[in-house]
Amino acid sequence: MLQGINIACVRGDRELFKNIHFSLEPGSLLQVRGANGSGKTSLLRMLCGLSIPAAGEIHWNGVSIRTANEEYFANVTYIGHLGGVKDDLTVIENLQISSALSGFEISINEAHQALGKIGLSGREYLPVKVLSQGQRRRVALARLLVCKTKLWILDEPFVALDVAAVQLMREILELHLQHEGMVVMTTHQEIDIQSSSITQLQLA
Amino acid sequence: MLVWIIKRDLLLAVRRRSDVLITLFFFVIVVSLFPLSVGPEMNLLRTMAPGVVWVAALLASMLSLNRMFSNDYQDGTLEQMMISPQSLSLLVLGKTFAHWLVSGLPLVLMAPVLGIQYDLPSDALSVLVISLLIGTPVLSLIGAIGAALTLGLRGGGVLVSLLVLPLYIPILIFGSGAVEANMAGIDFAAHLSLIGAFLLVSLVFAPWVTAWSLRVSLE
Repeated sequence: MLQGINIACVRGDRELFKNIHFSLEPGSLLQVRGANGSGKTSLLRMLCGLSIPAAGEIHWNGVSIRTANEEYFANVTYIGHLGGVKDDLTVIENLQISSALSGFEISINEAHQALGKIGLSGREYLPVKVLSQGQRRRVALARLLVCKTKLWILDEPFVALDVAAVQLMREILELHLQHEGMVVMTTHQEIDIQSSSITQLQLA
Repeated sequence: MLVWIIKRDLLLAVRRRSDVLITLFFFVIVVSLFPLSVGPEMNLLRTMAPGVVWVAALLASMLSLNRMFSNDYQDGTLEQMMISPQSLSLLVLGKTFAHWLVSGLPLVLMAPVLGIQYDLPSDALSVLVISLLIGTPVLSLIGAIGAALTLGLRGGGVLVSLLVLPLYIPILIFGSGAVEANMAGIDFAAHLSLIGAFLLVSLVFAPWVTAWSLRVSLE
């Protein structure tokens, strides 16, 4: 279970948000909403432990993520707006290496399967720099198909994706929620994900 | 894990060979400029050789420092490494080792060829190679700290030189000192032991400090 207690975010001398509370049970999705510049990405980066909240605590199963460090990170997959995809590596190298660096090695077959599912079959051995924006995004999102983490933190996962890919992402998210996974995501689009528990967090 | 990060960085270096070659050619050209400008004064060249080769090695290793983390920073892979369940220090150690393989080891291998231009005797050449072999990993380890601290700053390239070059001075002194001692017929083992000590200390502390600096830079 992921809990945010009284979180505040300060950028420079501007307070972006304060008194943010939320709690996320297995099988539920938290949609973070807010205008541009309202601190959505900052909040997600705090949840990843990349930055420290100006006030408040983030707890994973009752323990602060700063003390539960490695146990927490073994359960988290973060896909930010940068994607974390290397231009000079091929699609399949990107998937294999990024998986290995997040702590689970995958075989060539698993990588092929995941890439086929996300609509990149036939492009496995192309360097990512020749792909389109949407295809790069798919390379980043392919990690969700191979990872075995419980908590997914997604920053604008639908950006640059076409209709078919958005539909595919929905299915992937629904499946993850059915398997007691947790998702925290930001998006400006309405999400019609079939799930019993979707909460929204509005940042001012 | 360590294997994967080293493999990844070497693969990236192979895909961008020009980055590697620039460092090596810079080293070759800087070292070759001195005999051309000083003229064929054998005794003078022999005296200068250890210092010139070492200074050129320091400058060449500076060239590739800002690339160490900045590419990973720009495409978001550095963020992914920070939230990996593995220890960031270990990842940094792997990246530093890969950096040394790509930008330090070629200098070590090239040094004896360049030393011939300075009419260095063969045992002085081997001492030069040994001192570079122990010394250049220290340059990568210390340089990583500077690269991490200046990550994402404008003009970081110049700043990293100002930060890191003073820290390189001890290595420079004992590195070139070892070769000079050998040519003067004095025992050079003490110099090499001291560089070895620097290597061990920086091997333990530098990845840890670098990891900490990266966290600060990325926040």
